[in-house]
Amino acid sequence: MSQAAEIELASVSKVYGTTTAVHAISLKIPAGSYCCFLGPSGCGKTSTLRMIAGHETVSEGDILLGNTIVNDLPPARRGTAMMFQSYALFPHLDLVDNVAFSLKMQGVDKTERRNAALAMLKRMQLEPYATRRPAQLSGGQQQRVALARALITRPQALLLDEPLSALDPFLKIRMRAELKSLQTSLGMTFVHVTHSQDEAMALADLIVVMNDGRIEQAANPRTVFERPATAFVAQFMGNHNVISGRIVERSGDLTTIEVNGGGRFSAVGVPEHEDTHADFALRTDHIRMAASDTSGFGFTAVVQNVEDLGASVKLSVAGAGVEEFTVVLRDADFYRSPVKAGDAVPLSWGKDDAIILGRVPK
Amino acid sequence: MVTVRLIGAGDGKPKREIRLPGWLPPYLQATPLALILGGFLLLPILMIIVVSFWDYDFAQMYPDFVSMNYVDTLGSWVTWKTYLNTLKFAAIVWLLTLVIGFWVAYFLAFHVRTAAMQMVLFLICTVPFMTSNIIRMISWIPVLGRNGLVNTALVKAGIVPQPIEWLLYSDFAVVLAMVHLYTLFMVTPIFNTLMRIDKSLIEAARDGGASGWQTLTNVIIPLAKPGMAIGTIFVVTLVMADFSTVQVMSGGQSASVALMMKNQMSLLQYPAAAANAAVLLVVVLLMVAAILRVVDIRKEL
Repeated sequence: MSQAAEIELASVSKVYGTTTAVHAISLKIPAGSYCCFLGPSGCGKTSTLRMIAGHETVSEGDILLGNTIVNDLPPARRGTAMMFQSYALFPHLDLVDNVAFSLKMQGVDKTERRNAALAMLKRMQLEPYATRRPAQLSGGQQQRVALARALITRPQALLLDEPLSALDPFLKIRMRAELKSLQTSLGMTFVHVTHSQDEAMALADLIVVMNDGRIEQAANPRTVFERPATAFVAQFMGNHNVISGRIVERSGDLTTIEVNGGGRFSAVGVPEHEDTHADFALRTDHIRMAASDTSGFGFTAVVQNVEDLGASVKLSVAGAGVEEFTVVLRDADFYRSPVKAGDAVPLSWGKDDAIILGRVPK
Repeated sequence: MVTVRLIGAGDGKPKREIRLPGWLPPYLQATPLALILGGFLLLPILMIIVVSFWDYDFAQMYPDFVSMNYVDTLGSWVTWKTYLNTLKFAAIVWLLTLVIGFWVAYFLAFHVRTAAMQMVLFLICTVPFMTSNIIRMISWIPVLGRNGLVNTALVKAGIVPQPIEWLLYSDFAVVLAMVHLYTLFMVTPIFNTLMRIDKSLIEAARDGGASGWQTLTNVIIPLAKPGMAIGTIFVVTLVMADFSTVQVMSGGQSASVALMMKNQMSLLQYPAAAANAAVLLVVVLLMVAAILRVVDIRKEL
C-alpha cells in the first residue's frame, strides 16, 4: 500500500451562483487518521468532501494532498478514491469488472487486472460472488464491492460519502466496525461524511463538526463530546444543555449570565468573544437532583416529562427562565427518590461542569 | 380475541350482493385488451394468412389451399432483389438514425442542465411530427429538386457546374427522407434510458480515471443499449414496412417489399400480396427476435 497522505484545506470556499456552501474553511487532516465530517444536511460537509475528491471545483483557496496542490487535478490523479453514497456500482458489470474498472481505464491488461480484482474481492470476502452483478447483492455486500473498487488503485486517501446511510441499523454497526478495522490495517487516511453523531464518535480520530458552511469544531471525539466549542456543537452532539443569557458579572475567573426573565448561572472562565451575551453548556448526565451549595450552579425546576430509557431516566424540566433542559439520571439514582411530571425539583451541578461556549466568527 | 363492533355498522339494510365466481374477475379484467388485440391484430393477421393460400385470377379470388402464392413469391428473383434492397435501406437508415439519435439524446440528457430546457428542446424535436408524413416527405422535393434550393445554391456559388442529379429521386433521397422521418423514434427511447443513468455512475467512472471517451464507451453506451434496442425495433420495422417514402423519394426507381405489395394490391392480386405480407411478417419478427437476443430490454418496460 502506498503512503497515507496528509490532507490540508487552506481557506477553501465553494460558491454556487449566489449562495456560498462553504465559507473559507481551513483544516489539517493528519496522514493515516480517520476523519469524520459531521453536521446536519446542507452544512457543506458533502461539498467539502467532493472538493477534496475533485468532483467539485474549488471556488477559492487550496486543497493540498501531501505537499501537492491538487485543485486542478482530475480525481484519478489526486491519489484519492471516493466511495459514493449510493455506492454507484456499474449495474452492467459483474463484481470483477466493477472492481477492475479503474485498472482497465489505466490500460492494465485483462488477466492482470482480473487477478488483482479477484485478490481484492477475496480480501473483502466477496470471492464467491465474483461473477454476479451488483443488483444481486445485499446492501452490505454492495458496500464492500464499492470499497474494493475504491481501494484497488491503492489511494493515499479514501473519501466516503455517507457510506452507512443506506444500511439497516444492525448492519450499520457491523460495517462501522469493518470500516474502522480496515482503516487501521491499511493505515490510510479516511475522510468520512456523516450526519450521525454515534458514527462519528465510534470511528473518528478527528471529528469536524460543520454548520452553515463553517467549521464549528475540529477535535478528537473525546474533546468534542466533553468540551463542545460552540452552542451548535453542544446541541448537535445531543448530550448537553445550552443556557444562553446576558453577561451580568465577571469576577475573577467566574463569568455570570442572566437568563432572559430568570435565573443567574455562573461558569469558570471568560468567554473568548466580546459579545454581551454568552452560552453555557452542561452535560445532561452531570446534573444532580439536589440543592446547590453555591449560587449560580443550580436552579429549581418543574418536571415536564419523565422518560424511562432502561439504564437511565430522562427528565425534561423547565424553570428559572430556562425553557428546555434535560436531565439524564442513572436508573438507580432516579428510583431512590422518583419524581413525576409537575413536581418541583432542585437541580445542581459541579463547578467544572458548566462550560463557556465560543462563537464561530461569521 | 376481542371483537370490536361499531354500533350501527353492519346492521344496515341488507345489500344485494352480486357474487362472482372467484375465477371470473381476472378474465373480465383481461377482456377489453384481448378484444382489441384479437379484433384488430390477430384476426387481420389470420385473414392475411388464410387469403395467402387462396387462388386468384385477374378478376376474382377463389377460396382454396394452394402454396402457389408462396412459391411464386419466394421463387422469383425480383422478390429477393426487393428484399435485399429493403434490407439495405433498413441497415443504412438504422445506422444513421442510431448515430444521430444517440448524439441528440446524449446532448439532451447530459449537456442540457435544466429540466425545463430539456423539455423545451425535446418538444422542439417533436415539432415536425405535427405535420403528416407525406407532407414532410414532399417538402424535400423543392429542397432537393433539379432546380431546388440545394442545387441552385451550389450552382450559383460556382461549386458545381450543373445541378446534381442524384439529390432527388434516388436512393440517397429515400435514405435522407427516412432518416428525417424516423430519427425521433431512436431519440426518444435512448433519451429515456440515458435519463435513467445515475449521474453518480459517471462520477464514479471519472473517479476511476476514465476519460470522457472511456466513460462513454464503458459506462454510458452499455447502459443505453436497451434504449438503442427499442429504437432499433421501431426504426427497422418502420423502414421494412415503408412504401410511400420509397415511392415518392425514389420517383419509382427503387423498390421495397411494401411497395411491391402495394403494386400487387393495385393489380387486385390480393393472395399474392398476402403471401408477401406473411413472409415480411416472419422476416421482421425474426429481426426483432435477433435484436432481443442481443440486448435485454426487459428492464426498460
